[in-house]
Amino acid sequence: MGLKLKSKPISELEYIKWDPEKVVYAFSQGNETCAESAVLAGCDFFGGYPITPSSEIAEVLSRRMPQEGRVFVQMEDEIASMASIIGASLGGARTMTATSGPGFSLMQENLGYAITTEIPCVIVNVQRLGPSTGGPTSPSQSDYMQVKWGTHGDHPIIALSPSTIQEVMELTIVSFDFAERYRTPVILLMDEVTGHMREKVGYPRQEDISIFTRSNELPESGDYKPYDLSVKSGVPPLISFGEGVRYHVTGLIHDEYGFPTRNRKEIRDWYDRIYRKIDNGLDRILRYDLYNLEDADTVIISFGISARTGLEAMIQARKKGRKVGMVKLLTLVPLPEEMLKEVIANVDRVIIPEMNRGQLILDIERLNKKGIDIIPVNRYDGEIISPGDVLDAIGGC
Amino acid sequence: MMERFDVRLAGLGGQGLLLAGLILGHAVTIYDKRNAVQTVNYAPLARGAPSRAEVVISDGSIYFPEVLNSDVLLAMNQSAYDEFKSQVKPGGIIIADTENVKNFCQSEETYKFPISKIAKLETGRTITGSIVGLGIISIITGIVTPSALTNAVKTRAPRGTVQTNLRALSAGLSAMEK
Repeated sequence: MGLKLKSKPISELEYIKWDPEKVVYAFSQGNETCAESAVLAGCDFFGGYPITPSSEIAEVLSRRMPQEGRVFVQMEDEIASMASIIGASLGGARTMTATSGPGFSLMQENLGYAITTEIPCVIVNVQRLGPSTGGPTSPSQSDYMQVKWGTHGDHPIIALSPSTIQEVMELTIVSFDFAERYRTPVILLMDEVTGHMREKVGYPRQEDISIFTRSNELPESGDYKPYDLSVKSGVPPLISFGEGVRYHVTGLIHDEYGFPTRNRKEIRDWYDRIYRKIDNGLDRILRYDLYNLEDADTVIISFGISARTGLEAMIQARKKGRKVGMVKLLTLVPLPEEMLKEVIANVDRVIIPEMNRGQLILDIERLNKKGIDIIPVNRYDGEIISPGDVLDAIGGC
Repeated sequence: MMERFDVRLAGLGGQGLLLAGLILGHAVTIYDKRNAVQTVNYAPLARGAPSRAEVVISDGSIYFPEVLNSDVLLAMNQSAYDEFKSQVKPGGIIIADTENVKNFCQSEETYKFPISKIAKLETGRTITGSIVGLGIISIITGIVTPSALTNAVKTRAPRGTVQTNLRALSAGLSAMEK
């Protein structure tokens, strides 16, 4: 008992220098906010195919990108959308696409290509019921596992999940930073409710945002290895096409120069490096907010819109004297395993509300070495989980 | 400090409920400097299907974003009244459009106004009824100030409809006097 863990909030990253005098407040929808924040983050290229419940992102950007002298392309489908953001990124642009489950499924092959070739890009998935066309206007959180394992083969990826419109704004900006900093696709995982609800959001000015930018600096030796194994961080600098070097890009497992290899050591070293680059960044990548853990015997662990339900339930349970705490995951993939292990080791039980038939819970159970009670609260009927559903799981009176 | 005030605007697609929810949320957050979350619930049809907008207002943080039981229900048609009248908090109120709600039962305090008729008379368009409703909500509950609503209509009403919606709002704000 007596957890002394600290939150790792988004603000700690200091990507936004907030000037209270200069903040502009808006009453803004999640999707609109995501689009405006992409513009603020310096997104140069959006290629997408509108789909409910993400359509407003494309709608807003189709107007805003040309206004800013940047590129918006409505592609013929989601396969091409994903291809377009990879190509534009390799050409030096900060790129994004936005979709929902059916489109995200179509993107999986090219998503794997972006992971393998280590080309930065941001993919927004505003989740709806699935599989297939599922439920276009119904919220869901059932793409949690698809985000991790939708494309085949061993691979790391980063996925972030907002639960408020302010977090939509800040995590959109963080997504662009992580994509460039770690040379990886980043998934911003939203849901129909966070996409469509409106809330007060404070916008910084563009000049108050500073995120990772490619240096495009050629090595002194003139010998550029786009997949250099010797870089300590595990992230070889990416030089955009057209900046003075030629190199090979392929989805085949490749050597340091980007050419296909069947050399066993090179194959192993490549896999180990793409995992190492994420592992080395965990201190920055893992973001979560913790509430009332100090004396908690019961902890709710959740993300996205269900985390808001969890917080409401926590507050109502606390009013009745129950020792309930909360872990709100902002980074979903990779999971903050060390923090979660410590929580599990120090409480009697955890409750996992999620709008699916139980996906996050599988990862939490894997960390449950002590064998405490792990209680699912699932909803998959197109309505969000209510505080009462979670209070029922907490039990008592 | 007000912890949580739940507003439910319910009726049919085409009655302007989503715009009214947006205007209420904008008024409360941007001009009255409180917090609000607005959610919507609608079918993939533009008109005729059940539609509702919900706004949660607070001086503190709002966690659960949707309305379970409301402090105010604006019922713009019979089925909205029938469905949501029992989901009004004790002490909460119902404001009903008597042009479309005819059958009332014993329930929470109910204010009856011919909202659609007022809208039609003032603006020529029944779609502005929801804005009339906002004016009435402001006067009865004080949850949003008339000036905040006026500013929000100016900012958020679709281009070309600001004057029409201002007339509707003003009719709602003075509906109690008649």
